[in-house]
Amino acid sequence: MIQVNGLIKDYGARRALDSITFDARQGEIVGFLGPNGAGKTTTMRILTGYMPPTAGEAIVAGYDVVEESLEVRKRVGYLPETVPLYNDMTALEYLKFMAELRRLPNAEDRAWETLELVDLDERANSYIGNFSKGMRQRVGLAQALLHRPEVIILDEPTIGLDPAQVVEVRSLIREIGKDRTVLFSTHILSEAQQICDRVLIINKGKIVAEDTPENLQSRVLGAERILLRVRGDADGLDRIIKEVKGTRKVAVKDETAVEFELSAGQDVRPQVAKAVVEAGYELLEMRPVGMSLEEIFLELTEEKPGGKRS
Amino acid sequence: MRNIWTIAKREYDQYFISPVAYVVAFVILLTTGVLFAINLFYYTQNAFQAFGGTPDFTPIAGTFVFLLVLSAPALTMRLISDEARMGTLELLLTAPIRDYELVIGKWLGAMLYILSLLIITLVYPIVTSRFVTPGIDWNVVLTSYLGMILVAAVFLALGTAVSAMFANQVTAFFVTLALFITLWWLIGFPANVIVGESARLFEYLDMKTHFYGALDSGIINLSDIVYYLSLIALGLFTGTAAVEMRRWK
Repeated sequence: MIQVNGLIKDYGARRALDSITFDARQGEIVGFLGPNGAGKTTTMRILTGYMPPTAGEAIVAGYDVVEESLEVRKRVGYLPETVPLYNDMTALEYLKFMAELRRLPNAEDRAWETLELVDLDERANSYIGNFSKGMRQRVGLAQALLHRPEVIILDEPTIGLDPAQVVEVRSLIREIGKDRTVLFSTHILSEAQQICDRVLIINKGKIVAEDTPENLQSRVLGAERILLRVRGDADGLDRIIKEVKGTRKVAVKDETAVEFELSAGQDVRPQVAKAVVEAGYELLEMRPVGMSLEEIFLELTEEKPGGKRS
Repeated sequence: MRNIWTIAKREYDQYFISPVAYVVAFVILLTTGVLFAINLFYYTQNAFQAFGGTPDFTPIAGTFVFLLVLSAPALTMRLISDEARMGTLELLLTAPIRDYELVIGKWLGAMLYILSLLIITLVYPIVTSRFVTPGIDWNVVLTSYLGMILVAAVFLALGTAVSAMFANQVTAFFVTLALFITLWWLIGFPANVIVGESARLFEYLDMKTHFYGALDSGIINLSDIVYYLSLIALGLFTGTAAVEMRRWK
């Protein structure tokens, strides 16, 4: 459904996409994971026919995004990052306008059906300007689903929503992804893991990893960071932890704490605790500190060339 | 064609919830209305004193196009710039419509608004005609309306193009205003100073010379029509190019 081959996009001298290649099959939910500025939005804009690539080709729903842009746009539903809504229209008017622009038969019926799908039919005649962020997101989603597209591209669909709305939108994506190709971007790792069949990790315009959520999780879990705090001075603590097998990247965090990582598949926390206590320190706490996305990327980019974990 | 119409219809509806459009309508209709009343009053007074002369439509048409120079930028400034600012341009540019359909649709929406105002102004010649025996010269009225429509179409097309170049509607407004003032007043100046063929070029480029003493006086010159039509085409073409440029940014 989506085939991307060596896609390159330059903004002036800056290379935003550096030869990206991937594909997505029908009925597959593919997550696009990466920090801000990684090239997620640029890729999506190319796939939806918004902007042409500098080089490379992309085939969406069987059509070339440059040569047959209009055919692609007919078959793709797209929710940009800034949800494109007209505040002076009601939800129904907005969807009717989009349905007419897409030349759907029975524009009004189609608008109603789609409003029901995103559970907004009760607010159909309210102005979008008065909607909450979550409702706006759902109107945006409705717009992307209006023409029952074969390919759905969603740019950060859960950003800025409250937890309940996030759950709602995620289940909606899973629902629509059953028989369609969904490509969505996020910078939340757990979100990608929950929804996707496959995750593409993109950083600095390059795909640095491509895997199922399960495999990715084990790779990332292998890099779990632990913070260990003692009462009093932590002088010399890092040396003791370093001596325990299965720890790495030991670093002094502050006067009373040290951070370290557990090597993949080796949970040596009991051994560490034992060694620390035996050395005469008073152990106060030991807890995992979630790795930031940046660190995970560093981790994955470092691992990539050798293909094995250190 | 249907896509153009869908865009135009939305744009037209938009004007009726926009304060700017009401201000423009108010100013244009009030000014031409007062002028109409004075005009009528003046000639009826004269008629009683046997000075002769009949009221005609020319001053009203002239004022209308003059007011357009100042007010058309307000009607076009947000057409595309506001879509860019709100992010809805991304929606339109990923919808299955062509860039020129978007630009023509926007322009047509603004045209429909001006046409609505023009329909209201039809009251003036109709009323005037009932006061005069055997009625006013309708050919002059017809060519005046043709002229007003053409001038409006030029202004709105050029304004749409400028709007496509900026993401800020205030910037778009002032750039458009400067462009219109140049085309309507400034560009004709060299014709008064220099002599020879090049003077005629500036005279031809002057927008008002194709209206005053021509279309507003019942005279249809092919060169005037061609002049206006080519400016309309230029505006719509530039607007489309500007939208396309946005895709590359």
